[in-house]
Amino acid sequence: MFTMFAAVSSLTILGLTLGFLLGVAARYLKVETNPLTAEIESFLSGANCGQCGYPGCGPAAEALAKGEAPVTLCPPGGKALVEKLAAKLGVSVDVGDMEDTGPRVAFVNEALCIGCAHCIKECNLDAIMGAPKHIHTVLNEVCNGCGECVKVCPTECLQLQPIPTDVNTWVWSKPAVATA
Amino acid sequence: MKLFGFRGGVHPPTHKELSAANPIERLPMPERLYIPLQQHVGAPAVALVEVGQHVLKGAVIGHSQGKVSAPVHASTSGVVEAIADVTAAHPSGLPVRAVVLKTDGEDRWPDRAPLPDPFTLAPEDVARQVGDAGIVGLGGACFPSAVKLDLARRRGVETVLVNGAECEPYLTSDDRLMRERAEEIIDGVLLLRHATQAKRVLVVVEDNKPEAIEALTAASEGDTVVTIVKVPTRYPMGSDKQMIQSVMGMEVPAGARSPDTGVVVYNVGTSYAVHRALRFGEPLLNRIVTVSGEAIAKPRNLETPIGTLVSELLAYCGYQPDRAERLLMGGPMMGLPLPNTNVPIVKGLNGVLALTAEEMDDQPSHPCVRCGRCVEACPMGLMPLEVAKRAHNGDIQGAVDYGLKTCMACGSCAYACPAHIPLVQYLEFAKGELAVNQRVEQKAKATRQAAERRQARLEREEQAKAEAAAKRKAEREARKNKKATV
Repeated sequence: MFTMFAAVSSLTILGLTLGFLLGVAARYLKVETNPLTAEIESFLSGANCGQCGYPGCGPAAEALAKGEAPVTLCPPGGKALVEKLAAKLGVSVDVGDMEDTGPRVAFVNEALCIGCAHCIKECNLDAIMGAPKHIHTVLNEVCNGCGECVKVCPTECLQLQPIPTDVNTWVWSKPAVATA
Repeated sequence: MKLFGFRGGVHPPTHKELSAANPIERLPMPERLYIPLQQHVGAPAVALVEVGQHVLKGAVIGHSQGKVSAPVHASTSGVVEAIADVTAAHPSGLPVRAVVLKTDGEDRWPDRAPLPDPFTLAPEDVARQVGDAGIVGLGGACFPSAVKLDLARRRGVETVLVNGAECEPYLTSDDRLMRERAEEIIDGVLLLRHATQAKRVLVVVEDNKPEAIEALTAASEGDTVVTIVKVPTRYPMGSDKQMIQSVMGMEVPAGARSPDTGVVVYNVGTSYAVHRALRFGEPLLNRIVTVSGEAIAKPRNLETPIGTLVSELLAYCGYQPDRAERLLMGGPMMGLPLPNTNVPIVKGLNGVLALTAEEMDDQPSHPCVRCGRCVEACPMGLMPLEVAKRAHNGDIQGAVDYGLKTCMACGSCAYACPAHIPLVQYLEFAKGELAVNQRVEQKAKATRQAAERRQARLEREEQAKAEAAAKRKAEREARKNKKATV
């Protein structure tokens, strides 16, 4: 009987002590991360699509915070993101000349889709619906146009296309005069 | 009544004499109507009819969906020929879904039971009937009226302002309506008061419409709730915020809406539509459209079925295409260019103008000389030159800081500008860029959420796999143990 209590209590005490030590260590021996990195990461989409050349949005944010990457690195973010990053990091950037294809989404040409399901696994956002041997389709409201699926499609039926403009999303163009 | 006036504003020539003397005329029923399913602010209606189906006048052909939406009705009896895309009454010229109705010429209603006195109904029920009739703000904003009535009642607004200013040049549809159907308008006004439970009603008319004021005064004689208010003619008197300021001396704060100040504003046309809906059970099937301009031989005020193509109205009024330089929907100040003449008339379209080159007087723009006339003209107290400069340089945030969101695109600044700078276009462009940026940000948020969802799904699957593996292992162990004991 005594041995059982001894075992239970010693393990409990051991656990509590180690837990306390770990807690203290986490509090006082914390590795400082740049708070800017976290903030920049919150601007990025989190899709980890890798179009910037970094393994994901986290490393990209780190590189941005260190000033190693240009603010124009994220194609899905578009001009809006560039402006936000430039304002945050205090860099001046001329967005007027920046090429912005506008938001694009993947589109499945249903005549060519063979239902191989390769693209479904590739999508970091679960934006492609479908099953093996069934035609797939893209959820426009989820897709951010990173293009990873286009690379793996064996029949080239996936393409990136601009989101079609409708009456509710149409906007006025800039007046064609030089003065203001 | 004491008036307060508003800041800024301009006095463009009214050109109302072209059509003001012509009584409202009913346009002969066209062979086909193209009734768009979205004619209002908010979610589009969903088509309820099928191709080949025969519908009677006033039948619901589009069901409203969502909180802010409005149903769409058949403007006459006929057969649904198609549900197809037509050019929207929108400067983009993009298509919208529409029900194509081949009219049968009978204009036949279903059997309608006599209605109870609407004043015995509860205010909520009045608002619901207004919603069912598909009534939207006919001043041009096209906001579903029932939603506004409910909002106003919940906020406990004290005053209903009825807008008969019609400050846009050329347009005379509201003027004719007030002259010819004043009693109906006053009845509608009282119904609006009943639905909002407001204390008083002010019907506001500019002093360049003495006949309308006379007719409304006669129609409201002896009524203690309704007051007819004559205001000076100045553009943009017909904007709700400027009207509230002129008549009540209160300024609606930037970013707020009129019900926040205890006032709700309705157009006289809306009030007439409410009268028809509650007294006769008629949904909104017609609207009065002013067809005017120097390139129109016989300017008219036409009671037009919703869904009629603009080309039909132009043909009826003697349109001279060789003289016309530009076609507009709405007035010359806030109106928008028509993409082509095969555009259907929608609920919020109050005028079709065919202007000659002399009327438009388009001139090349020069650099800004900073004279400040646009600042004097702006009724919202902005500095249009500064906002436009930022828009021109692509500094959208700068434009927002200078009050871009307060701009209502009345066009007073561009009218006043001696250098002919298209100030409104710059501001509209900046508003568009702002909307695009907001959409991109929303998209980024949605993407982030999708990525998180996927992460959660992968973790769930991993866990399920691990559990299944553990279970299999336990089973294997159990079998082994069993064998061992045997």
